[in-house]
Amino acid sequence: MATQTVTININGEAKSAEVEDRLLLVHFIRDNQGLTGTHIGCDTTHCGACTVLLDGTAVKSCTVFSIQANGRDVTTIEGLEGEALHPLQEGFMEKHGLQCGFCTPGMIMSSKHLLDKNPNPTEEEIRWGISGNLCRCTGYQNIVTAIEYAAEKLQQPAEDQGGE
Amino acid sequence: MIPGSFDYHSPTSLDEAINLLGKLGDDAKILAGGHSLIPMMKLRLAEPTHLIDINGLSDLDFIKEETGYLCIGAMTRESALEVSELIAKKYPILKDTSEVIADPLVRNLASVGGNIAHGDPANDHPATMVALSAEIVVKGPGGMLGGGERTIPIDDFFKGPLMTDLQQNEILTEIKIPIPDGKSGAAYHKLERKVGDYAIAGAAAALQFDGETCTNAGIGLTNVGPTPIRAKEAQDALVGTSVSINDIDKAAELAAAVSQPVGDHRGSSEYKRAVVKVLTARALQTAKDRAEGGS
Repeated sequence: MATQTVTININGEAKSAEVEDRLLLVHFIRDNQGLTGTHIGCDTTHCGACTVLLDGTAVKSCTVFSIQANGRDVTTIEGLEGEALHPLQEGFMEKHGLQCGFCTPGMIMSSKHLLDKNPNPTEEEIRWGISGNLCRCTGYQNIVTAIEYAAEKLQQPAEDQGGE
Repeated sequence: MIPGSFDYHSPTSLDEAINLLGKLGDDAKILAGGHSLIPMMKLRLAEPTHLIDINGLSDLDFIKEETGYLCIGAMTRESALEVSELIAKKYPILKDTSEVIADPLVRNLASVGGNIAHGDPANDHPATMVALSAEIVVKGPGGMLGGGERTIPIDDFFKGPLMTDLQQNEILTEIKIPIPDGKSGAAYHKLERKVGDYAIAGAAAALQFDGETCTNAGIGLTNVGPTPIRAKEAQDALVGTSVSINDIDKAAELAAAVSQPVGDHRGSSEYKRAVVKVLTARALQTAKDRAEGGS
């Protein structure tokens, strides 16, 4: 059983552990680090519930080995909140962008990547951007509205924001 | 789901990766984007005992025009094709193709080389590369035992479902697409049940013209046979014509006739053959429109 020590910078903190080579990133995040905001939905690279940012890029953490993230930056849903909720989190709350909430962490991390690349997306671009994330409750409409809310808020001058 | 145990290797150069592949033998697999391999490992359909991760080889990540070819490095991410200005402007068929592969999250890691090297006839780049008559560059160990670098015409690359001409000790490094002369256009159309699904069927078409006359036609079909299929009769029928609506209809019929779809949960073989006809016609029409300067 091959093991190696990996150090992954999760939400700004370097976390080291001895892991099996085959350990998936999502299991490192949830089981090893106890950050259970990142969810496991389908486990087959379809649903996007496990989405995290790897060096700023949204990826499905069930389809990356933790050892591939060695020395790199990972941001999970827990890393978004500063002194106040991130505008995306606030948007999902204000606009009822969730019902059961299972897809929400992945949905928000995909949206984060989308807004980082494209701060003012059209509705179509939002729907395209979250097309790798499945929601079985909302029908997506309120998720799109929540992302539009966040995009608008993120473009306001910094002093008007609740903080990030 | 947990993959079987393996030893992880992350070479820092292509030569080191090739040496490792030679040394570790049949039980080693190359890990590129991993979005076909890792799901297969989780299902235990693949159980390599060694993984050689080539994600660190940034010299395999490029899109450039060079000596008459568009050259795409094997580790170029699908998402890079989607946002490349060169691709959007001069090779929109590759944007058509990359943006219907799986979903945006998958495309952030999935590689163009992997999409081809996997040898899955349901993947989208193979048919596109058939239509464009691409050449596949692979590298193996040099020296007395032969090998080294070789270039494989796309028509010789795919051997069967998940089987290619790539040898165990070779790595796919680059895809080379001849830059067409003069007036040309190409397009890919895919029908899928939902985002992320494989194609019910897909059709790639590439056309070259001298004035109003078609001088060269390439048609590749996705997921309607054991390998991507070149619709040769349909191509031949177009050369010398103006690619009128009637010519397109005739070619689309010929493409449907040469397809070998198998009925499954995505539809009956009859349905898929009808889809091939429609998609081939649409891809040819878009290719023609693009050749004439439209989008």
